[in-house]
Amino acid sequence: MSPIHFILDGVRAMLRGGRLYWAWLGGLALVFAVGLLAYAGQLRDGLVVTGMSDQVSWGFYIANFAFLVGIAAAAVLLVIPAYIFHRADVKQVVLIGEGLAVAAVLCAMMFVLADLGSPERAWHLIPFIGRFNWPRSMLAWDVLVLNGYLALNLALPFYVHYQHWRGKEPNLRAYFPFVVVAMFWAVSIHTVTAFLFSANAGRPFWHTALLGPRFIASAFVSGPALIIVVLQLIRRHTDYPVKQSVIDLLALVMAVSLQISLFFVGAELFTDFYNETRHAGSMRYLFFGLHGLHGLQAWIWTALALNLVAVVLLSVHRTRQAPLTLNLACGLAFAGIWIEKGMGLVVPGFIPTPLGEVFEYTPTARELAVTLGIWAFGALVFTLLAKASIAIETGRLRQRQPAGGGAALTASSAPS
Amino acid sequence: MAQPARPEPGPQAAASAEELSVRARRRFLQGVAQVGLAGGAAATTAGVAHAAWGGATLQDALGSFFQDQYQRMTPDEIAAALARIERKAQRQHGVAITCENTPPIPNTVFGYALNISKCKGYRDCVEACLKENNQGRDSQVQYIRVLELNNGTMDLESANHYYNPQAVPTPGKTYLPVQCMQCDNPPCVKACPVEATWKEPDGIVVIDYDWCIGCRYCMTACPYWARHFNWTKPQIPAAEINPKTHYLGNRPRPQGVVEKCHFCTQRTRKGRQPACQEACPTGARVFGNLLDPNSEIRWILANKQVFRLKEELGTEPKFWYYSDDRASTVR
Repeated sequence: MSPIHFILDGVRAMLRGGRLYWAWLGGLALVFAVGLLAYAGQLRDGLVVTGMSDQVSWGFYIANFAFLVGIAAAAVLLVIPAYIFHRADVKQVVLIGEGLAVAAVLCAMMFVLADLGSPERAWHLIPFIGRFNWPRSMLAWDVLVLNGYLALNLALPFYVHYQHWRGKEPNLRAYFPFVVVAMFWAVSIHTVTAFLFSANAGRPFWHTALLGPRFIASAFVSGPALIIVVLQLIRRHTDYPVKQSVIDLLALVMAVSLQISLFFVGAELFTDFYNETRHAGSMRYLFFGLHGLHGLQAWIWTALALNLVAVVLLSVHRTRQAPLTLNLACGLAFAGIWIEKGMGLVVPGFIPTPLGEVFEYTPTARELAVTLGIWAFGALVFTLLAKASIAIETGRLRQRQPAGGGAALTASSAPS
Repeated sequence: MAQPARPEPGPQAAASAEELSVRARRRFLQGVAQVGLAGGAAATTAGVAHAAWGGATLQDALGSFFQDQYQRMTPDEIAAALARIERKAQRQHGVAITCENTPPIPNTVFGYALNISKCKGYRDCVEACLKENNQGRDSQVQYIRVLELNNGTMDLESANHYYNPQAVPTPGKTYLPVQCMQCDNPPCVKACPVEATWKEPDGIVVIDYDWCIGCRYCMTACPYWARHFNWTKPQIPAAEINPKTHYLGNRPRPQGVVEKCHFCTQRTRKGRQPACQEACPTGARVFGNLLDPNSEIRWILANKQVFRLKEELGTEPKFWYYSDDRASTVR
């Protein structure tokens, strides 16, 4: 069975690396283990160990979930140029983007699982065996599109890598339809996640048609920011060919998306504050505080400052092209969007409550530990996938011709 | 009121998608049950039945784990579930409770009307509800929240949720008790990804606490902040447990599920009044059958000036507020 040999070969490639590689894996595994331990305590005592309450019933977990769905969706920014605009340079790294999408979707799902009060009943979500409230519930939609996206981003790279491993070219005609589906699917996962929030008529802060577009625009900032940094790391630490033109393209996409994203924020601020109504309560709490409480004020102004500096760095040609300032902009924008979409969007939707109560939320140390653990798991998954992918795509890892079952590490150096 | 009846067991003529899914699940569960029973028998004979599983027998633990959603259970399955609930209460609290499954009364849709001219903010309703419905005492889950408003405004954001003067009513204040509105178009029901919450034929929006996964999306969807979550295991002193319970009502709840006002299902389906109505010292609360043209609540809706909270959201609450003023002097 060659697919099994293919997987075994891939796993062997994942387990082959230098001291730095193993230190990185070990560090991530350690953080993940700490997160698991923290989660065990939450499982035993209940979600009371988090900072959440009846007033603010979603917090850090759902904030990270929303952000990570955006990261996953941003893989489409490599898929579109690679397959629609026939950019050979982008096509070289599209598999890396898909690996990132897999890791991000898995993390997003883990954040939802970590947020469940009764995770042992998660099987109730399985259609037919459980009772899946689809198409009525937006959460059911989210489960559907995330699982679909995960499947697409596992199946497509599996096929391409498998063909390359066998020394063959994948049949583009056969898988191109799935590529097109994956493109629309990518946009759908983040739109559905936005609709999860904007569907709530009783939460005026989210109940805006702009939420979907805002989610997509900001995802096309945070996603490329991460991809740019990851591609540079891969270029530095491996012999995988990453052309500078790919990074330039992503930086430009990021610049435009951040400009649009900030414009959207401005549009929301104008609408809420020009003629301020009670529906602007959350926005007022977020930016200026309400009834003497302003726990999110520092977060949102920090996010705004980070994004403003980043948009200047990205909009000026010279700073966008210089590696140092580009990486700085990526870091700032990544952090800025992470705050804007999490502590700046999920949490204020609950403050004030529908009955007008202002009750604040601060994540606890245990929440932070679980969160870090899940992020470490994501980094671990991505590292392993990228390791195997690079071994195959650089032509080092190929199917051994006489059936032996072992990894054939030949000197072949022709990257495909 | 379009409300699907609870599926009856036995052969049905047309196999809808719903039924097919039920059948698929049954097959799945039959296999599981065999494993479960074998496991339970093994555990009992080994004499370790009480060591693990939170004090439950392995058989009970597996029975709870694989229990179906309420609306899909056969009468036998429901009977088994009720027995498990009673055994669990005995084990955990040392109290013999009865858990019933009283069906909705035919031709009845419950509604509530509350006279804000009479409400003086005593919060006896809150207290009575807590005792009747076995809420956790430490967590202080309260189904009713009484808002203290300044005279001259209905702005909820200016309300005091935690008023605590020496005596009520405070001059210059009015009181607005808020609880689940039992919406006819409930956004929470739409939100639930696993159909753990639904509207019963008597109009009560209920939760299957054994099916809820605790995602809390319903709490996000509710515009009345009526839903509450068991952030930890609810603690009730054994002496304070109300032993008369209903599956969809006041039975003891586990950790990690959502709960809310259910119009005292355990009382009202037997023709009694809800605990909050009985407790109100001023007679501000009127509860009754909206389908009965001779009921007191229908008289109020016809003759008093009434309003509903956040009516513009289209949730069609079955909870009205009214004042002593007549709607119109022209009769």
